[in-house]
Amino acid sequence: MHTVLSSASKEITMGNDLPFVIIGERINPTGRKIFQEKLRAGDLSTLEIDVADQVAGGADMLDVNMGVPLTDEPALLAKAIQLVQSLTDLPICIDSSVVEALEAGLAVYQGKALINSMTGEDDRMEAILPLVKKYDAAIIALPNDETGIPMTAPERMLIVDKIVSAVEKAGISLENLLIDPLAMTVGADPEAVKNTLETIHQIKEKYDLNMSIGGSNVSFGLPNRHALNAAFIPMAIAAGLSSAIMDARTPAVVESVRASDLLIGNDAWGGNWITRFRAAQNG
Amino acid sequence: MTDILKEMYEGTMAGNAPRVLELTNLGLAEGMTPETLLFEALIPALEEVGARFERGDYFVPEMLIAGRAMNGALDVLRPLLADTGAETIGTFVMGTVKGDVHDIGKNLVNIMLEGAGFNVIDLGVQVSPEKFVAAVQEHKPDIVGMSAFLTTTMPMFKVNMEELTKAGLRDDVIVMVGGAPVTQEYADVVGADGYAADASTAVRMAKSLIAAKRGK
Repeated sequence: MHTVLSSASKEITMGNDLPFVIIGERINPTGRKIFQEKLRAGDLSTLEIDVADQVAGGADMLDVNMGVPLTDEPALLAKAIQLVQSLTDLPICIDSSVVEALEAGLAVYQGKALINSMTGEDDRMEAILPLVKKYDAAIIALPNDETGIPMTAPERMLIVDKIVSAVEKAGISLENLLIDPLAMTVGADPEAVKNTLETIHQIKEKYDLNMSIGGSNVSFGLPNRHALNAAFIPMAIAAGLSSAIMDARTPAVVESVRASDLLIGNDAWGGNWITRFRAAQNG
Repeated sequence: MTDILKEMYEGTMAGNAPRVLELTNLGLAEGMTPETLLFEALIPALEEVGARFERGDYFVPEMLIAGRAMNGALDVLRPLLADTGAETIGTFVMGTVKGDVHDIGKNLVNIMLEGAGFNVIDLGVQVSPEKFVAAVQEHKPDIVGMSAFLTTTMPMFKVNMEELTKAGLRDDVIVMVGGAPVTQEYADVVGADGYAADASTAVRMAKSLIAAKRGK
């Protein structure tokens, strides 16, 4: 399965037989108090630094989330997307749980966007799938619903089944559906990552869909998060994961992704790996 | 401190649930009162766990297993404490708001509240306004706590408070809110009585809000 995403001038393709797609997670005000204050005051200058850092770090796409309480999120998200698109040609993942904000972002976006995200709840799918269709976008869907987050792979698969049939019914091609197999911290449940890997495996086997995950979730609440994040991604790639919304600024984490590409046969003869090495050598 | 209390304190800090349960039964068999075990071992241990977590010296899994160890002991002690008529500090109804499935922060606050001697009724995640209202009617808590992890689910605080007002319950109960994106400013806007940025602060806040209300 290949999923194509684009900006005005750049196209990327996602698939299990292709290099992993790193979606930089940094443009998100959650837990960033100063950034929030600035955004509330209409100051988007932090985005310039965040874009530059993530492009330099090796991001393939950028997630843009403007979830600041007590603001006009649709207007802010549209403004942020236009700014990011003026700074980089990397395609964008438009991130909000407010439907109006997603629509505002899609309306100004140039290219084929990825939307993050919708759940398997009927009202969410009814609200968001028409937008996916209208703007010819791709969507990340989470296999949880009104009853909460199911912990085991078979329970998650039941919701994946429901999502797949809703997407097909809406006349959207399955290549435009990405499932988020749900990464949770291993700090709160020793089996959490095992369940995630099993979910990835089952989605790959049953539907061969592309998937994207919150790559930093697994280490929440634990020390030395970078090492855990860097260890998790190769396991997930081996199970069938094709992209992640993740830390694109920490070399150890990005290198573990690019090393996995080569080791798993998606960077034939080490072309990308060697090019990166030479670029770093030549500074 | 006797050896049993000392070992119980250390066992709770280390999250050794089987050993803490064993020591609880051993202490009771030796004639120690449930109050002694609670106030001289469990509560001090959880206070220390909370303090270390606040300083960044303890991590999420350590706090969760300490809470589990405490809960194993509380299961034994709770009925005994009820028999002796020991008063709880207060009753706390807690839930993550509708549309939100995040529960780690909520669970940490629950652990600290129980460790401080509160009777905690956890409604779980995705708690609808109707469910909050029904729980306040049923349990008559001193405080109802609402947790939200998403900017998009935070507005449920306001909806919940309006439902409490409609049901005529708003003045009977203290409302506390919390969660990663929540700020004091936001808590003020929705009209909550209290906001805390972390679990230890939440306990201090809960105690002082109850004291203020009872003092009226």
